Amino acid sequence: MRAAVVLFPGSNREGDVARALEQATGHKPAIVWHGDHDLPAGVDLAVLPGGFSYGDYLRCGAIAGRSPIMDAVRKHAERGGLVLGICNGFQILCESGLLPGVLMRNANLHFVCKMQHLKVERAAAPFTGAYKAGQVIKVCIAHGEGNYEADDATIETIEKDGRVAFRYCDEQGRVGGSANPNGSRNDIAGIYSEKFNVLGMMPHPENLIDPLVGGVDGRGLFNSLAAFRQAA
Amino acid sequence: MMKARVVVTLKNGVLDPQGKAIEGALKALDVSGVASVRQGKVFDIELAGADRSAAETSLKAACEKLLANTVIENYKIEIA
Repeated sequence: MRAAVVLFPGSNREGDVARALEQATGHKPAIVWHGDHDLPAGVDLAVLPGGFSYGDYLRCGAIAGRSPIMDAVRKHAERGGLVLGICNGFQILCESGLLPGVLMRNANLHFVCKMQHLKVERAAAPFTGAYKAGQVIKVCIAHGEGNYEADDATIETIEKDGRVAFRYCDEQGRVGGSANPNGSRNDIAGIYSEKFNVLGMMPHPENLIDPLVGGVDGRGLFNSLAAFRQAA
Repeated sequence: MMKARVVVTLKNGVLDPQGKAIEGALKALDVSGVASVRQGKVFDIELAGADRSAAETSLKAACEKLLANTVIENYKIEIA
């Protein structure tokens, strides 16, 4: 598994995701500057990390979504290459049109920073093969704009095609109500592209890979990616 | 040099938590007659050149490519 992490001005979780990737794959990912026009040759996975690219100016992810490297990321995705966007990375994927919909201000207007349970809706390679379908995992969230919205037709398509990756839930796996931290439509925490090679998610699995910080449920995502490449 | 104003507003039906919070605050301040508030954005843009139709084309491109997220927002271009 060769991974590259894209660094935008204002990214701040690139180190966390690089550590998680290295733990799972045994290799340090390449770090790619947003002003570059190409991903390194032979890269299997491009990661857009969390943070506050361009200070969230205009709209979260709006300016980063139009930076030079995003053309390369789009071509990589069109070729079937893997793309993972976490938090601000998810916002960037929506703004650049690689994923449908938009992340709006949290319905309660608060920046939410806490541990959060998720239900794994789809357990399949390449991203979630190490989980079981319906499994409840504990990761964390830290965002002010994670309220996923799309028009009714888009939501219907995403649901019908099984493209919801994760939903917010409580410890027992109950979806909805107060388990939804931001007002997201259908409790959506992450979605896939049509071909399931692009995943965008608001929660941070990369921060739950060490028992020291409260759990290792995030490892499954990175182990899935590592195993996928070994099998391929 | 021409001056233009681009106004970006949320589409009808899109939930606007910020507008709601402002609406609540205005009501708390006893500002009378406020029925609802929707928050938008205003961009004042200076354009080199004097060709109105070229300016309109550029501004439309600016809106479609960056200033508005047309999934949730409408835009209006006013050239002075």
